[in-house]
Amino acid sequence: MTPVTLATDVVWTTEDVRVGALTLRLRKGGSGDPMLVLSHDIGSLERLPFYDALARRFTVYVPSHPGYDGSERPNWMRSVRDVAVAYQLLLASIGVSTVSLVGLGFGGWIAAEMATMSPQAIRRLVLVGAMGVKPVHGEIFDQAIVSYIDYVRAGFEDQGVFDRLFGADPPTERLEQWDLNREMSFRIAWKPYMYSPTLPHLLGGVRTPALIVWGRGDRVVPLECGEAYARALPRSRLAVVEGSGHFVDMEQPEALAKLIMEFAAEP
Amino acid sequence: MHLMYFTEQPMSAYSAEEGLKFGATALMFSNRHFDPVAGSRLYNEYLEHYKLAEEVGFDGIMLNEHHNAPFCMQAKCNVFASILAAMTKRVKLVLLGNPLPLADNPVRLAEELSMIDMISRGRLVSGFVRGGGQEQLAAGVNPAYNRERFEEAHELIVRAWTQTGPFRFEGTHYQHRVVNPWAVPLQKPHPRVWIPGVVSKETIVWAARQRYPYIALSTAIDATKKIWELYDSVAAEAGYTGGPENRGYLQRCHVAETEEKAMANARQFMWMQGEFTGLAHPVWSSPSGYFSPSYRKAFVEYAVGRRSNPRGAAFEDQIRDQQIIAGTPKTVITKLRRLLEETRPSILGFWTSDGFVSNEDAKSCIRLLGQEVLPAVREMGKELGLWSPFEANAPVSIAYAKGPAPVAA
Repeated sequence: MTPVTLATDVVWTTEDVRVGALTLRLRKGGSGDPMLVLSHDIGSLERLPFYDALARRFTVYVPSHPGYDGSERPNWMRSVRDVAVAYQLLLASIGVSTVSLVGLGFGGWIAAEMATMSPQAIRRLVLVGAMGVKPVHGEIFDQAIVSYIDYVRAGFEDQGVFDRLFGADPPTERLEQWDLNREMSFRIAWKPYMYSPTLPHLLGGVRTPALIVWGRGDRVVPLECGEAYARALPRSRLAVVEGSGHFVDMEQPEALAKLIMEFAAEP
Repeated sequence: MHLMYFTEQPMSAYSAEEGLKFGATALMFSNRHFDPVAGSRLYNEYLEHYKLAEEVGFDGIMLNEHHNAPFCMQAKCNVFASILAAMTKRVKLVLLGNPLPLADNPVRLAEELSMIDMISRGRLVSGFVRGGGQEQLAAGVNPAYNRERFEEAHELIVRAWTQTGPFRFEGTHYQHRVVNPWAVPLQKPHPRVWIPGVVSKETIVWAARQRYPYIALSTAIDATKKIWELYDSVAAEAGYTGGPENRGYLQRCHVAETEEKAMANARQFMWMQGEFTGLAHPVWSSPSGYFSPSYRKAFVEYAVGRRSNPRGAAFEDQIRDQQIIAGTPKTVITKLRRLLEETRPSILGFWTSDGFVSNEDAKSCIRLLGQEVLPAVREMGKELGLWSPFEANAPVSIAYAKGPAPVAA
């Protein structure tokens, strides 16, 4: 099992960034080429070993999605594509013109949408257990019919990692935040649930080098979605990580960071 | 007073063992357990009960709807209202009500309700509800926009009823190029609207602002009093005085020839409260965004089992708190007097039987109510000045507070 540890040499800052009508909470750490990491529909812990590992090579930006984890809820927002546009505006407002994107689960969907909008501005695209395309055989696991705890647990192959990160019995404050995040997910991705019928038709135009990563034990988004992404994106390959469920970033942080570093170093 | 008959239309003809094994049956308990032969029999028995209720003297028949739920097999209250519009002659058809957020085309609801009003010759009372949490999932409707859709659909329906068409409607959730239904209500300015509810403060406040009567659904007496305190304070802000004509109550009430039999049958009210068919599932009944943000902490604790269902009180406690009343007519009349004196409603629904109560006992209960209880309650109503919206000639809503009360055109 990969130990879950935080680096002590990475400094993270948090600021609220105004982007038009939006106020986004943005975490920033590390140094190097810019990398935007887009997190899951459950939101994210403030610090993760995975972020620290990336921060040793990149200037890592981790925004809280609009309406999630302390970013103000935009009541008008209705789609995941709206979120992708918001992040294009965020990059413009912080002066980042070329960026590598790492999208985790739900964040993978946002990243894929962003890539279809401005492929020339994306240096590398990494999609990890990404939502956004409709599985043919299976289903994307629907959080609407399970409790907050059961949904998050379903993303882990090893429940011990959940226990260490969130506590075996997470405090009510955590549940309230998960509920707020879930409500925002419903506001923008209720129907169709967690995919876009039009996205697959646009991916073929994205010539950005792309790495698709999937946890072998992903019970939230079926591996066939990873295969579909790999087929649709012309310059992509699929890597399957053993010993992980949906949350590869939390279950196999070192392995995932290594895959991304190697991919980023390719010519 | 306005005295209504109500049944939840329980679909109790399935294996209780299977239901208990599954747990909370609303939403996901497989419909392979639904027996349409029993369904056909039960629907027709319920029609018989409604007809009997009119014969024995009830003023209204209250209808509701639920989806994917054994505890209520009425999946569309407008269907029963349509049948009863033709089958009955005198009773008001009180729909409590159509779940507005579930509608993708509220204009169609406006049309259906207008048809029911015309066919019944102006006997429709058109209540509106948000629908339960499970209903949002059953209908695939976004729970996060439930209240917005409720308010917008309501606005559209009232406009479709009252504003000459054609007109265009551009809302956040509903957009209509042409609103011009060729069916409008017989009652003018429009049928009365009553709003039922249980816990949501927002709904009480909204109903009071509209000056729509609020119907408390089987709440305990103390909780009911708090509802009226809130309603009355909002009424005062809105410029009118809340009174009995704004207050309704749905009372679980089973009457039989003996106390023992009444009590045994009243136990069947627990059928849909968890003892038999399973309480609401904590996650399915409260999808994120459906409930008020002010209750977020309570609901997340409930969803993961850290807080018990507030509606899961024991039978004995519900008897003590009069959420369930049972007995011979004499016993029941005494208890109803306490309800009327303490909470002063002018609209009173009688939810008479539930679960596995036999067809014979259900009918016998309706007859006893008609013969002995309703006349006594009417007398109490007069004595206590509990004038219904009809008797008080109350305005249909705050918008018509200075105009005429609804009458058949």
